[in-house]
Amino acid sequence: MQKTCPARAETRFGYGVKQAKKYRQLYWMMAPFMLCFAVFTIVPVLVSIFFSFTRFNVLQPPVFIGLDNYARLFLDDPIFLKAVKNTLLLAVITGPFGYIFSFLMAWMLCELPPKLRAFLTVVFYAPSISGNAYVIFTQLFSGDAYGFINSRLLNLGLISEPILWLRDEKYMMLIVILVSLWMSLGVGFLSFIAGLQGVEKAQYEAAEVDGVKNRWQELWYITLPNMIPQLLFGAVMSVTNSLAVADVTVALNGFPSTNYATHTIINHLNDYGIIRLEMGYACAIAVLLFFLMLFINKAVQRMLGKVGT
Amino acid sequence: MKKEKVKLTKNQKKIRRIARQAARKEKKLHHSAFSRLITKGRSNRSIAGSVALLLFLFVLSLLMLFPVVFMVSNAFKPINELFIFPPRLFVIQPTLDNFYDLIELLADSLVPFSRYLFNTLLIVLTGSVGHILLSCMAAFPLAKFRFPGCKTINSIVLMSLMFSTAVTAVPNYVMMSYFHLVDTYWAVILPAFSMSLGLFLMKNFMEQVPTALIDAASIDGASYFGMLWRVVMPAVKPAWITLFIVSFQSLWGATGGNFIYTENLKPLPAMLNQLTGSGVARTGVVAATSLLMFIVPVVLFMISQSNVLETMATSGIKE
Repeated sequence: MQKTCPARAETRFGYGVKQAKKYRQLYWMMAPFMLCFAVFTIVPVLVSIFFSFTRFNVLQPPVFIGLDNYARLFLDDPIFLKAVKNTLLLAVITGPFGYIFSFLMAWMLCELPPKLRAFLTVVFYAPSISGNAYVIFTQLFSGDAYGFINSRLLNLGLISEPILWLRDEKYMMLIVILVSLWMSLGVGFLSFIAGLQGVEKAQYEAAEVDGVKNRWQELWYITLPNMIPQLLFGAVMSVTNSLAVADVTVALNGFPSTNYATHTIINHLNDYGIIRLEMGYACAIAVLLFFLMLFINKAVQRMLGKVGT
Repeated sequence: MKKEKVKLTKNQKKIRRIARQAARKEKKLHHSAFSRLITKGRSNRSIAGSVALLLFLFVLSLLMLFPVVFMVSNAFKPINELFIFPPRLFVIQPTLDNFYDLIELLADSLVPFSRYLFNTLLIVLTGSVGHILLSCMAAFPLAKFRFPGCKTINSIVLMSLMFSTAVTAVPNYVMMSYFHLVDTYWAVILPAFSMSLGLFLMKNFMEQVPTALIDAASIDGASYFGMLWRVVMPAVKPAWITLFIVSFQSLWGATGGNFIYTENLKPLPAMLNQLTGSGVARTGVVAATSLLMFIVPVVLFMISQSNVLETMATSGIKE
């Protein structure tokens, strides 16, 4: 850079400082948000990493214990391993299915006339908008004969006694997956709808002339490549949400759930962070979850880069 | 006639056939409003496929709607219908009894209902307005200027979308207690100020605002704040409506959980959770309250849907 413009006898760093001075006001504009963001997002992540190497109960100062927390997690805590297994199982099923489901729904909605589309968008988005609408499933799947599902099955003669949907290990995970899928049409879904409407009509017309035969080809060759940014955004939302299931299991299966059958990593984190006040241990869980989320997100993004090729 | 047909070469026949097929297709396409509706006038869409998709969509939407319908109808069921066997999806004799019961119950509570409502409204409004203002101020430089550090900030914000807030819950509590914010509204409001999703959406939307507009303002001698306030803010109205909706949704359901202990300061959902926990006798009241909690964000979304979708069109992650 110095060779090409010898008149500017400053280093890159000096140039940067000069630019920074020029845009001084902009930094002040960003300051309030960035301050909050740093205090409540960035610093907590760093503090988490620090605490994860300590024994800390909030009342006494933290004691450095090296990797003991991590060793304990993997070697001495079968419930944590079960939580990891449950979380991954949930994420592997609800993540991709929820993602594809929301894309397909968005795609089909876009075929509809605007009024109907607007109505159905609300219908599909509603479950994920409202904080805890999923509580209704406790009544649908209630364990006594008065539960909606049980009563129907009993009347049909398919079962002879009510099933404890939310307390029996055999069914708990299934119900949580079902409810998560019900709630999976969230912000990503909206992004898909908006993205689909943004694809230029001319491209479809051109494709029609060029011999794209059916809607599936249209989807693969025109729609998807046009929507890669939205697909990436939706993937981030879907991965993050599917790894963060916690409130649903508490509402449906109680805390802790029967034999920890639907115990997730965040349930485990809350158990140690809020109930047992072993903050160091809880932070070790949080740090692992943090890296797990980042890693899976990056991997999924790499995969999506290949869409439409 | 017969002679003529014989005279046609193979090629000519083929061309005629194709022309006939095209004409038939055209006729079929524009035959009725219905078929035009589902094929969007494009020849490469089969009507059968469209009908199948519509049917599939219809069935799925019924499945999705089912729990919602159950919830709505529960709220209007009299007590004998709530415990009828077998339970029914639709209410037979709708009544507002559950809502009256709720009002009666709330009139007797130690902390008046209006206080809970006030707490929630205060948290939601302060949180959302602050979030919108702060993220607009932070998004504008990131969207429109290239200054040292902008790339780093962008990638940190993008990264923070990739993990949920549950990860930072424990140190957040420690931070709150360090700043003596535990048991105040601020413990719920302040973290909401800096939701990275809002900044991300706002930044992407602001990138669309023509740079020429900003340059013009700059030539007129506007400060950066002036540009943001007079030029950019009016142009990004859909985005701040969206941010309001997003932060409303997250704050409306906030119970204050681990941060607020004083009953006077607790928001509405905390109180409703107490009701929910009070057993079978309150089934009707719980149904009524769940409906109320559900309906407010849904209605808000319905009103602002077009704005939200306009914002979401720019929500993509570009690499």
